[in-house]
Amino acid sequence: MRFLLVEDNADLARALAGRFAVDGHVVDHAGNLADAELATRTVAYDLILLDIMLPDGDGREFLRRHRGADNPTPVIVLTARSEVSDRVGLLDLGADDYITKPFDFAELEARARAVMRRLGGAADNKKEFAGLIFDSNAGTITTGQRSEQLRNREMRLLEVFFAAPGQIFSKSHLMDRLFSFADDVSENAIEVYVGRLRRKLSETQATIETVRGLGYRMVRRE
Amino acid sequence: MRHTCLALLLSLWAVLACAFEIEESRSYPVPGGSELRILSTADADVFEPIITAFQAIYPIAITYDVASSAQVMAGLYEEGAAYDLAISSAMDLQTKLANDGLAQRYASDATAALPPWAKWGDQVFAFTQEPAVLVLNAQVFETLAAPKNREGLITLLRAHPEVFDGRIGTYDIRVSGAGYLFATQDSRNTESFWRLTEIMGRLNTQLYCCSSEMIDAVARGELALAYNVLGSYARARLTDTPEVRIVEMDDFVSVMLRTALIPQTAQAPQAAGLMIDFLAGLRLRPDLVAATGLPPVVSASAADERVIRPIRLGPGLLVFLDRLRRDTFLRSWASSIEQD
Amino acid sequence: MTVARAPSSIRRRLVVQLALVAALLSVVFFLALRVVAERATEATQDNILAASATSIADAVYTDAGVVRVEIPYSALSMLGTVSEDRVFYHVILDGETLTGYEDLPVPEARGAGRDPRFATYLYRGDTVRAVVVQRALNVDRPHRVDVVVAQTRRGLAAISSRITTTATAIGVVFFLAATALSTFAAQNALAPLSRLTEAVRRRGPRDLRPVTAETPTELTPLVGGLNGFIARLRSALTRSEDLIVEAAHRVRTPLATVRTQAEMVHLQMEKPENRAALRQMIRAVDESSRSAGQLLDHAMVTLRSDQLETEEIDPVELLRDAVDRLSPTADLKDIVITLDLSTTELRVQGDTILLQNAVRNMLDNAIKYSPADTEITVRLVPGVLCRLEVSDQGRGFLAEDVARMPERFSRGSNVEDVVGSGLGLTIVRDVAEAHGGSLEITPNMEGPGACVTLVLPCS
Repeated sequence: MRFLLVEDNADLARALAGRFAVDGHVVDHAGNLADAELATRTVAYDLILLDIMLPDGDGREFLRRHRGADNPTPVIVLTARSEVSDRVGLLDLGADDYITKPFDFAELEARARAVMRRLGGAADNKKEFAGLIFDSNAGTITTGQRSEQLRNREMRLLEVFFAAPGQIFSKSHLMDRLFSFADDVSENAIEVYVGRLRRKLSETQATIETVRGLGYRMVRRE
Repeated sequence: MRHTCLALLLSLWAVLACAFEIEESRSYPVPGGSELRILSTADADVFEPIITAFQAIYPIAITYDVASSAQVMAGLYEEGAAYDLAISSAMDLQTKLANDGLAQRYASDATAALPPWAKWGDQVFAFTQEPAVLVLNAQVFETLAAPKNREGLITLLRAHPEVFDGRIGTYDIRVSGAGYLFATQDSRNTESFWRLTEIMGRLNTQLYCCSSEMIDAVARGELALAYNVLGSYARARLTDTPEVRIVEMDDFVSVMLRTALIPQTAQAPQAAGLMIDFLAGLRLRPDLVAATGLPPVVSASAADERVIRPIRLGPGLLVFLDRLRRDTFLRSWASSIEQD
Repeated sequence: MTVARAPSSIRRRLVVQLALVAALLSVVFFLALRVVAERATEATQDNILAASATSIADAVYTDAGVVRVEIPYSALSMLGTVSEDRVFYHVILDGETLTGYEDLPVPEARGAGRDPRFATYLYRGDTVRAVVVQRALNVDRPHRVDVVVAQTRRGLAAISSRITTTATAIGVVFFLAATALSTFAAQNALAPLSRLTEAVRRRGPRDLRPVTAETPTELTPLVGGLNGFIARLRSALTRSEDLIVEAAHRVRTPLATVRTQAEMVHLQMEKPENRAALRQMIRAVDESSRSAGQLLDHAMVTLRSDQLETEEIDPVELLRDAVDRLSPTADLKDIVITLDLSTTELRVQGDTILLQNAVRNMLDNAIKYSPADTEITVRLVPGVLCRLEVSDQGRGFLAEDVARMPERFSRGSNVEDVVGSGLGLTIVRDVAEAHGGSLEITPNMEGPGACVTLVLPCS
């Protein structure tokens, strides 16, 4: 997916772009409102991440113009403010959601997903492996006529495997994706979710294989 | 105990010092009560019903001494006799007593209810109003028309000297306080007074000390008429004496007020005050009015009729008590009334 | 040491001062009326006395070489017309009493001729006003006649006391009327001040517009000063708000950078001890960020609680919005939020921003302390008091913690491992109390966990 990040702090922009790249997303960076306006006119983004305080103006002004121009691209505001009144104001101005800096990347991702789900989603949200269709937006897996709803963590786990089928992911890597930094969980916790995913995949051609001592990978059932 | 002795001593002294002439003295004792000493010009018989009625309400012993008005004055003014109440028909003398500081002030609801002309300086209180009238012998006036006023009387006397010679009576004003009062008021009120006196003098007018004697003389036929007689006395005699007729003059009628005051020497002023209140309410007791024949002070009537002139209490009355003025007046009167 | 003083009141001072002036005027008026009236009555008595003495003097005549006097009736009766005072007279011929009260003293000679001379002295136990009038006669030889007339002053005293009573009554009435009028006038004069006060008092907590109420010129400086003050306050508030916003931006953006980069590094770290260190760092960042946010929230709640901007709020919508907002966060832990909302039409009078804040804090708390794969139930129980319940299946509260839970910075003794500032429930409680409601913390009836209830009066 392609995001536009409107943020005047270059360090943060760079860090966020790097973080999004890990998950395979493309991020364009605009350091001011003028660049942002230019970018939205030339590229159709899946999502805009908008900072409020910008060197050449207020992000809310951009928001107002953006909505005025009937641009359907969802906007999530990155705000440094913490007042409730400000949050409400932002939503009133047409922001689809907001998140307060500093934020948990998983939460940003979750919110982005929720926003996109609400708006119909991006074009390339469906992936296929071994006859199994995985809709990461809706959180469903489909085999033929048979469809199964995944829970959030199952969905996020499957997402990792779908990003590189056949590749081995270590337990710690998977944990990083599944648990927040607030959760102090042991590595064994991941086995619970792998177990659940396996049960949901049991009727399909895909399965999660344990690679002893290394981790897990998704493979076609033999 | 000491007070009783003192009172006894004082009253003893009063009796001893009593050089003025008391005509009659009556005692109305009440056991255990205080004593009210009254010095009065009214006859004891006349006043007795009032005392009885008063004692029916208040248990107060009363001593009632009768004296002439001049003697009342003499007793109180010159001899300082100890009385609690002085009742007199001589308004001028009563006024002088009050004016010269020999009366105590007294005020109560009852005195407040008296008409203004019936009291003076919260010291002198009137309780009767007694007009001066002309008393006629009915037989004499069977053929003659009764005079309506003083001018009419003068005309009548001039026209019939044969009828009236020696048969006219009036007060000897040198003796009678009431007579002097009526005469002086007449002199103030009408021009006719001196002419009338002149004519009466020419017709050998008989002079009397008292109203009752004049009425008796008229009733007996000795007198054809008596001038300036106290109306209350005459009216009392009307029922049993058909020979007597009363005429109230229509030019004016002098009204004498019988008054009461509390002398400075009073030892029982409270009791005296009660008696004054009782007397001020005399009009409310028709039984007593009937029994005594004393016409009570009635607020409206006397003041409203212009003919009726209550003699005004106040300093004006002192004028005729002035020694020189009195001498002059009596000299003029005497020279008019005694022509031979 | 300061001595407590009653606050001064312009109105009271105005009324008191005007009343004092009125009292002074009343007293002056009273005295003036008395003096004038008493002079007048005294003059009246003197005139009558003089007339009386003159008429007696005129009545002196000679009869065969003897000087005599015939006192006119009117000479004494005229003295009785005004009052019932005692009257004395004394006619003296060449120093010898002719008639009257021999002991009545002659007023001291002063002036000359036939002009009446007056004196006031004690006679027979009473104060008397006396006049002497002289008359010269020439019979054989010159004679001098002195006529003294005196009258007690009891009537005068009665008139004087009547005048005093009248003057007092008029003075009192004047004083009362003047005081009433001055109270009214003070009220009237201060009415613009009350209007101004009312105009300022009725303002909303955020209304910092200049005062435009119509005021008399005397108040213009005050209004000017007030408006200047409001302007300064507004600019100070704006400045401090800007400062907070700027500071938050300046601090939070680098924190976000740090956190994102730490996350990135964490992803690449292999050694468990390094990863644990990084996680600790990230949690510290989260904790400080969260604390700052809640401190700001709490400050805002405290500020708004003083003057609520109430409106009619649908509690169903309130809860639904909060759930929508926090669902993505709950999702991350596979926590399901169940909405159990009755369909009854319920309305709460309240401050939207405060109530949103409170409900969000309740949910936030529940999500934070709930383990993964659990359920949070949000329930609205209608009644005279609406109950907004949030129950979770977390570890619950220890009984000994419940009472002190909503205190500032107080946290349960079993949650040391979870990021939190301890202000969340304090905010909820403060909002509840500002709305006349309360916060209830009970164990979850349907299993483990706690139930936090915001109780609000509703219609």
